Amino acid sequence: MIKVTNLKKRFGDLVVLNGIDFEVKDGEVLSIIGPSGSGKSTLIRCLNFLERPEAGVIEIGGVRVDAEKCTNKEIRQLRLQTAMVFQNYNLFKNKTALQNVTESLIVVKKMPKKQAEELGMELLRQVGLEDKRDNYPATLSGGQQQRVSIARALALRPHAILLDEPTSSLDPELVSEVLQTIKKIAEMDTTMIIVTHEMDFARDVSDHVIFMADGNIVEQGPPAELLDNPRKERTKQFLRTFHANRKR
Amino acid sequence: MNFDPSYIIEILPRIIQYIPITLLMAVLAMILAIAVGLVLALARNSRNRLLSSGAAVYISFFRAIPMLVQLFLIYYGLPQLFPVFTKMDAVTAAVIGFGFKQAAFLAEIFRAAFLSVDKGQMEACITGGMTKLQAYRRIILPQAARNALPGTGNIFISLIKETSLAFTLGVVEIFAEAKMQAAESFRFFEAYLAVALIYWLLIIVYTYLQQKLENYLDRPYRT
Ligand SMILES: Nc1ncnc2c1ncn2[C@@H]1O[C@H](COP(=O)(O)OP(=O)(O)O)[C@@H](O)[C@H]1O
Ligand SMILES: [Mg+2]
Repeated sequence: MIKVTNLKKRFGDLVVLNGIDFEVKDGEVLSIIGPSGSGKSTLIRCLNFLERPEAGVIEIGGVRVDAEKCTNKEIRQLRLQTAMVFQNYNLFKNKTALQNVTESLIVVKKMPKKQAEELGMELLRQVGLEDKRDNYPATLSGGQQQRVSIARALALRPHAILLDEPTSSLDPELVSEVLQTIKKIAEMDTTMIIVTHEMDFARDVSDHVIFMADGNIVEQGPPAELLDNPRKERTKQFLRTFHANRKR
Repeated sequence: MNFDPSYIIEILPRIIQYIPITLLMAVLAMILAIAVGLVLALARNSRNRLLSSGAAVYISFFRAIPMLVQLFLIYYGLPQLFPVFTKMDAVTAAVIGFGFKQAAFLAEIFRAAFLSVDKGQMEACITGGMTKLQAYRRIILPQAARNALPGTGNIFISLIKETSLAFTLGVVEIFAEAKMQAAESFRFFEAYLAVALIYWLLIIVYTYLQQKLENYLDRPYRT
């Protein structure tokens, strides 16, 4: 389970997260939507302390960290509970596809190389890239790189996977292969938090959707409710602009 | 014109004997410079103010003073302050002098190389559970090394050439030997031309090797 309580983050004078509370149950998928600059990335990056929140309690898979008083050891424990999929993939550029997947297994989990490679190949197969095992990232398409990065995230067997706009950097024709991969993983009861602008996808895979604006959660609920029947005016307005933009 | 090419052929074998001492000084100084330069680069990029400004002062000082002045400071000056340094031989003094100076230049090259590695690489390491040290060793350093190689190669070429200054401390290397030969035969032009040719050859060989290494390190990034 993921439980976030009163999470606060500011950059200088700019309040980016203004007391965020939410929960994700095991095996559930949470989608976060909202306009650009509303704090979605910051929220997801606070969950693994890539950004350090000023206040709030984060509890993931039994590790509980209070931002106001926590040790480096606690932060590392928390980080081991999640894996991250970045908008621009961030594959290790000096490692092959397979090495990208096995790197943490070998270095962090101290798994024997052979065993790590077997597991790595299994995961590459799951994302449909076993024939690319020896390719370096520079020779892979954006969609392929993102699928490798999903395999890399799965390798750690994290309590949850955090995905920050996983398809936003992709050429339109590559979006669906990545969304399908994510959907497949969601169907295996992987706990996930996804920041996305793909509304149809969010409706399809999410158990729960949060709409954020200006550092606050404006509204949250099941996808059918929030996306098709929003209650708050701010949410309606966002979805209206969003659909209008898409028609253009 | 008083120019005797056969004299060059004649003294080349005598001068070539001193290539090992020249290369020894250059390689040892390079190892020292890389070690010190790496520490300086990390200190310079560190968020700790004391470390970062300490490294900045070091870099500024050693970039500023002339090589000869620094060699004299170490070899002739230090023993006056600390008698233990009287025992230091000239080769050691030269290696230390060259190494500590080039460390300052390498630090700037390494620093830029580290900064040119995309920040996302470190974030991917950390979210994958690695410690910062593991991240540097496995991911950041190898990528930075590729960026740093051309500049680092230039430093090594400078070093090979700078070793000729060691003659001022009494080290007999390529240049010193040529000087002595020239003083005997009065064939200055031929002797120094022989030295120039040897340096040229050394640098050509080194440049070839570096190109091989660059190609090797470039492998992961070729599309
Ligand atoms: N490292 C940073 N330093 C200063 N301001 C930042 C930083 N990261 C994000 N911000 C600001 O915080 C706000 C929220 O950013 P972000 O979380 O990236 O929003 P979103 O992902 O919803 O587009 C924006 O106004 C952005 O400019
Ligand atoms: Mg964002």
